Amino acid sequence: MTQTRDEIGEDEAGHGVVKKFMFVNRKAPYGTIYALEGLEVVLISAAFDQDVSLAFLDDGVYQLVKGQQTKSLEVKNFSPTYRALEGYDIEKLYVEHESLEARGIREDQLLVPVQVVSAEEITRLMDEQDVIIGF
Amino acid sequence: MLHIVNKSPYERNSLSSCLAHAGKGSALLLIEDAVYAATRGNVAEAGIRRALETLAVYALGPDLEARGMQANVIEGVQVVDFAGFVDLAAEHRTSHSWL
Amino acid sequence: MKFGLLINEGPYNHQAADTAYQFARAALAKGHQVQRIFFYHDGVNNATKLTEPPQDDRHIVNRWSKLGQENGIDLVVCVAAGLRRGLVEDNLAPGFRISGLGQLVEAGIESDRLVVFGD
Repeated sequence: MTQTRDEIGEDEAGHGVVKKFMFVNRKAPYGTIYALEGLEVVLISAAFDQDVSLAFLDDGVYQLVKGQQTKSLEVKNFSPTYRALEGYDIEKLYVEHESLEARGIREDQLLVPVQVVSAEEITRLMDEQDVIIGF
Repeated sequence: MLHIVNKSPYERNSLSSCLAHAGKGSALLLIEDAVYAATRGNVAEAGIRRALETLAVYALGPDLEARGMQANVIEGVQVVDFAGFVDLAAEHRTSHSWL
Repeated sequence: MKFGLLINEGPYNHQAADTAYQFARAALAKGHQVQRIFFYHDGVNNATKLTEPPQDDRHIVNRWSKLGQENGIDLVVCVAAGLRRGLVEDNLAPGFRISGLGQLVEAGIESDRLVVFGD
């Protein structure tokens, strides 16, 4: 069934359409710019009062690892930005359990509180979205 | 959901990651270098045949032709042109490009 | 349907710009609207007027300018990504405009379908 934006629904104040946006992070930080520039889209999205969630799978889980020190590389350490997301009311951060396990990363090694969920749950969450942007 | 994959399975894990997250009834469209995954003898063949049990799988014809692979397509994979690509995007409420 | 497109890679280096272009043309041919094409990451390089590709191959930048102008498509280059890569008003090809990331989010909200093309 196809739906146009008019069928998706307006928020209570009638300010406009509220869509479910999921930003999917599958790449490690620093090797490419996608993690950093992806985060910039997420921050901007906060201004639009949409239903935003972030999914971290595959190497994307590495973006959230504590202890990133970039001084010797002379590149900007943008990992503190993940801690700022909460202040923007972006609180739905889903990290895939299978991706963590495959990389030997434990939840306590992550720099922000997240919801660790199964691949099956990630699949279900993705299927609920109106807009998916992968970085 | 329309899942779009564009890289060869030998180069990147996007196809296998996609298949691990494609819900029943979704569609998978292989474009660009991912069309190799739609061909017989490719490492992805078994995964694609399995996927065909629960998803619709498509490959972009112009990409197959550019690569000289149009005669090797796995049975069950539907070859579409750009008009077909547009139709798939219109038909499914959401698309997910696995980059 | 109203389509929005996101293009994440520059011309020639990756196939993304070509795939997106063919998709846009096919969508228009079917009577759909392509409302906005947003260029992000290296995709901003689709908008530089300085390219001189070989004469016997497609001119990707000019193709975008033409497609945008003939079909009323809003071709938007991200200002921040552009600044990072040296894509500014002075070297912007015809038919493109530079604006903020909000235009991408807006495209996601206002279009019926957002399709992403990248590496």
